[in-house]
Amino acid sequence: MEKTVNIYIMGKQYEVPASLTIMTAMEYAGYKYVRGCGCRNGFCGACGTIYRIKGEFELKTGLACQTQVQEGMYISSVPFFPTKKATYDIREIKPTEQIMMELYPEIYSCIGCNACTKVCPQSLPVMQYIAYAQRGEYKKCADTSFDCVACGLCSTRCPAGITHAQVAVLARRLTGKYIAPETEHLKQRVAEIENGEWDAPVAEVMAKSIDELKDLYNNRDIEK
Amino acid sequence: MLTEEMLASIKKVEATRQARLGMDLRKMTADEKDALLKEYHPDYKDAGFETLHVGPNKGEKVPSELRHLLEGTSRVLGKDIDLENPKYDVDVLIIGGGGAGSSAAIEAFNAGANTMIVTKLRIGDANTMMAEGGIQAADKPNDSPAIHYVDALGGGHFCNKPELLKKLVCDAPGAIKWLNDLGVMFDKEEDGTMVTTHGGGTSRKRMHACKDYSGAEIMRVLRDEVWNLGIPVVDYTAAIELIKDENGKVAGAVLQNMETNELYVAKAKTVIIATGGAGRLHYQGFPTSNHYGATADGLILGYRAGAPLLYADTIQYHPTGVAYPSQIFGALVTEKVRSLGALLVNVDGEAFMNPLETRDVTASSIIRECSTRGKGVPTPGGGYGVWLDTPMIEMIHGEGAIEKRIPAMLRMYLQYGIDMRKEPILVYPTLHYQNGGLKIAANGMTDVENLFVAGEAVGGIHGRNRLMGNSLLDIIVFGRNAGQNAAKAAKETTVGKLTLSHVDAFQKELDDAGIESDCVSPKLLPDYTRKVNQ
Repeated sequence: MEKTVNIYIMGKQYEVPASLTIMTAMEYAGYKYVRGCGCRNGFCGACGTIYRIKGEFELKTGLACQTQVQEGMYISSVPFFPTKKATYDIREIKPTEQIMMELYPEIYSCIGCNACTKVCPQSLPVMQYIAYAQRGEYKKCADTSFDCVACGLCSTRCPAGITHAQVAVLARRLTGKYIAPETEHLKQRVAEIENGEWDAPVAEVMAKSIDELKDLYNNRDIEK
Repeated sequence: MLTEEMLASIKKVEATRQARLGMDLRKMTADEKDALLKEYHPDYKDAGFETLHVGPNKGEKVPSELRHLLEGTSRVLGKDIDLENPKYDVDVLIIGGGGAGSSAAIEAFNAGANTMIVTKLRIGDANTMMAEGGIQAADKPNDSPAIHYVDALGGGHFCNKPELLKKLVCDAPGAIKWLNDLGVMFDKEEDGTMVTTHGGGTSRKRMHACKDYSGAEIMRVLRDEVWNLGIPVVDYTAAIELIKDENGKVAGAVLQNMETNELYVAKAKTVIIATGGAGRLHYQGFPTSNHYGATADGLILGYRAGAPLLYADTIQYHPTGVAYPSQIFGALVTEKVRSLGALLVNVDGEAFMNPLETRDVTASSIIRECSTRGKGVPTPGGGYGVWLDTPMIEMIHGEGAIEKRIPAMLRMYLQYGIDMRKEPILVYPTLHYQNGGLKIAANGMTDVENLFVAGEAVGGIHGRNRLMGNSLLDIIVFGRNAGQNAAKAAKETTVGKLTLSHVDAFQKELDDAGIESDCVSPKLLPDYTRKVNQ
């Protein structure tokens, strides 16, 4: 007989196999997801979950698809939380300190409680990347926030009402577009293609018979 | 908790590791590959396929689960749907909010079209978000679109549609530049040179990446751009049938609210199907690396409307899905792990193949190792796996390389107490990608007027097997292409009286063929709910 544990889905008790994740345990209990389930692999942030273990005071968090159930787990999923998304034209804005003040002024109301960092299921130093954003250090903010899946759990706990994930997206887009070094070989190749310089070599390959192509493929040199 | 057998096998893996460093493993000959595929690849298992009785591909074989859905009962039959008063009336309707749908939306919007996205989950709940390894483009001096063409053609068993493949490789550098200009953070050297690696079947290092969050980074930028442009996204709303006009052109879709089941009518001048893949149909009982909504809905809608499928009988099994632990069974272990130098090793610690063969060959080789050769490592679930010797990565690239290059993989395994920097991980093929799909011309349109398709729902770009990194590429190239051309076609279209008569006609075909079905389609979501005492 497989080992089981007792979990409490929105307060209601269910006995489920101990090997399951929160997500598969919900399905085992009889739920069918519409909300709160996306990629089921830890990338999309749809299944942010808050839980508390019976008898313990600390609130814990995890992605339901990546977190194994435990005995006495009180589970509340957070499939949606009202957050703020500022809109902008990425071609018009520049990576200045002012832009963050204009678009996300509430980040300057951070009281330093660090609750955002404590709840991050990806273990990111969330408050730290917000501090980088405050100072206009967008590359640091971008690198530090890179593994964010935008589950929004940080925002549920923030007394200043910050939408951390959106601040991070802005910092990353500014970094990718303006701060990261430009790629000369990419610009050059795009220009060559636009000038039609590769039309003939591609046409030449396309004109070959399948046998010729097979020969070409099976004997092509492979970069070490 | 690793089993005793696993621990004993790891000892053997450790014992051979040093000797395997720098080992030059021979690639298989064309004949060896052919024989291997025929014997072991799931596409060659007749029992997994059924013949279509009706529709444009009548007489052809498709996976059984797909056949059931294609010949299932429409969700609109018997419903009273008021086509005269549509809730939405737009130029371009995009079904699906992944990378292809979002790229299409941005381009259609920028071309001046009144554009709307409907998605049964949220924008970004898509396989794009989960693509880890990277995106191909021939943008380095030692590479060219022509070399990229030959690599993809060989990988696709020479079945790729030439005009589609040409577009894929020639528009690839432009796609990377478009993403870079939108603010996608590609891995670069200090001087701006792209960090590129090999993927299975590539002859040049042309895999661009954003750590191992490549698809996630691309998707979140595209999603942000859709929001910035103010393109309406109707979420938790599925398209359950296409609508045509009296002239036979596609002219909208019937939508269903996933939570309240309310039906809506969306009228449109052109429609783009960008509904993605089919992993959640679990062909031949395989686990899948796909997202929750990957149920081939767009194929059902398009087929009923008369659009033919191409290569719907070819499925990609990613060689390295998680075999253990059970909590993440079937999840993807990115090909980048092999690109970085980890070898595939059997229960006795032997490297049994060059790890950078194409995906179909690699998957078949692993299946052979675990079946007839008896060299697999047993898992508690009753299955088998082979080792992917991840500690080699740090020996080759230095300490810290795993955290820097594949942080998502490291994090996923650490959740279950497995440190891939120190111990190898157990893998087995997982259902990953639908090579086939709806047939399109180079402008993205199907044989049915004003019905466009982009992304994984398309068939023909990749032939009968896709190379790593060509899917993130195709969603951008063909997503943008469909968006531009659908916007253009919308300008030249006047929509006539709306009708669902093609659905009735399809049902009549089924009746005439004597097909009785208890399957309602499209499927919309898989059913994983345990049912007791109901």
